[in-house]
Amino acid sequence: MIVTHKYFLKFPKCETETPIVYHLVKDYDLEVNIFRAKVTSEGEGYLVLDLKGKEVKIAEALKYVASFGVSIDTIDKGVIRDDSLCTHCGNCLSHCKPKALHLADPVTRRIAFDEKLCIACGRCIDNCPMKACSSLLE
Amino acid sequence: MKTYNQINEKISSGKAVVLTASEMKEYIEAHGVRKAAKDVDVVTTATFGPMCSSGCFLNFGHSKPKMRITACRLDGVPAYSGIAAVDCYLGATQLRDRDPANSNFPGKFDFGGGYVMEKLVRGEEIELTAYSYGTQDYPLRDLKTKFTIHDLNQAIMVNPRNCYQNYNVATNCSDKRLYTYMGQLEPKMGNLTYCSAGELSPLLNDPLYETIGVGSVVWLAGARGHVFSEGTQHCPTCERTDNDVPAEGAGTLALTADMKKMRPEFVRGCSFVGYGVSLALGIGIPIPVLNERIAKHLGVRDKDIRAQVIDYSTDYPLRTGNVLGTVTYEQLKSEVIEFKGKKITVSSMSSRYKALEICQLLKDDILKGDFLLSQPLAPLPKEQGMKQLTIRK
Repeated sequence: MIVTHKYFLKFPKCETETPIVYHLVKDYDLEVNIFRAKVTSEGEGYLVLDLKGKEVKIAEALKYVASFGVSIDTIDKGVIRDDSLCTHCGNCLSHCKPKALHLADPVTRRIAFDEKLCIACGRCIDNCPMKACSSLLE
Repeated sequence: MKTYNQINEKISSGKAVVLTASEMKEYIEAHGVRKAAKDVDVVTTATFGPMCSSGCFLNFGHSKPKMRITACRLDGVPAYSGIAAVDCYLGATQLRDRDPANSNFPGKFDFGGGYVMEKLVRGEEIELTAYSYGTQDYPLRDLKTKFTIHDLNQAIMVNPRNCYQNYNVATNCSDKRLYTYMGQLEPKMGNLTYCSAGELSPLLNDPLYETIGVGSVVWLAGARGHVFSEGTQHCPTCERTDNDVPAEGAGTLALTADMKKMRPEFVRGCSFVGYGVSLALGIGIPIPVLNERIAKHLGVRDKDIRAQVIDYSTDYPLRTGNVLGTVTYEQLKSEVIEFKGKKITVSSMSSRYKALEICQLLKDDILKGDFLLSQPLAPLPKEQGMKQLTIRK
């Protein structure tokens, strides 16, 4: 069965030169869609990506990734929105391409956040004047 | 025809008919202007958004020994001290000393005057550092302490320009992202941003300043305050469409109120990456329905209010005066707008959600009999242009 799952891969300081994503595609026949990636000057980093493929292949791929000491998180917490800080101005609306941040009510123009749609691109984080959106990954 | 006295007597005796701006528009659509003018006494209007021309006067009281403060910092943010010994003025857009600002563009701007103002209203502790050259009567030269708003004699918000009657709509025709006070503007008209409460906005409901004038009572972040002057850049002489609605910036208000009576959810420090810090403020203004003309103006709808779309990549910074076109607030609120043959997503800097909340809070205050109206001491100028700065060699 073909499925799509979102993963947060956190890389420790690692010396490997192995092109991990290349192997995910070639050896495990997965479609990889990277939303966000970062490598610090200390050599640590993270990848936020969707893996699409056979369930059993995804499981094998994750085992392969884990062998590099990478921590794998499946919780959809790329972006955290604190509703108590939000003033519902709507500045985020044109910056959130997948419409995870959306109008919950066109009359009051209350903003709501649908975590499932979030691709953790982080555009809301530096666009929100009230700092209502933040990320564990920053 | 009604008078301020008659309306205030009705408010005091709990008999006033008070509607929010949205309710009034529906009432007019259902029953007509004439009946609305007769039945309704007060309409509450509001706006919530970043208003950079804001700040506050603080009085710290005297230390022992006394100090004539020459310069001071509040949580590291400089406040103007070129007034009496222990008075200062803190401005909303002031940054901390040594804030990296845009030296590593785009700068983050994570703290400044607006944030200190929010902390004050929240009752949080703020660090005061002050320096003085020292005098015989004020010998203390250095001071470092902590205070909250409760320790101050006065904390008076004094804003030279709030409540812009209308505002332009920002877009970006260049091929790289712009970081502006209207938010981030994506290349090739990738988005539009606007900043007005539209049909809820105080001065759009009183377009000719017939009830809002110097001395008018306002709800400033929950405190009872006043209009103390026309706002800076008040420019009533402008293009107006039907029902006297300005099609550009136009009028502004200078407002003041006691910060000790404000509510923190309506005094919010805010930050624009690559631009700077500011203060988002909630303001409500009650409009007395004195006659049919005033009632007619209160019927204004988002579809009747037009705003000019300006290119912030060239026309805005270079002050060319060029306008790309106009759109209505009804269009802007539809999320995706068709402009110049392109479908463009829209963002707002002004919160309709908060403005609706303020309309209701002010209505409740008036219905409780706590919030009486005041007749203006003087009208705002109705004919006045705006000068530009000429750089002389």
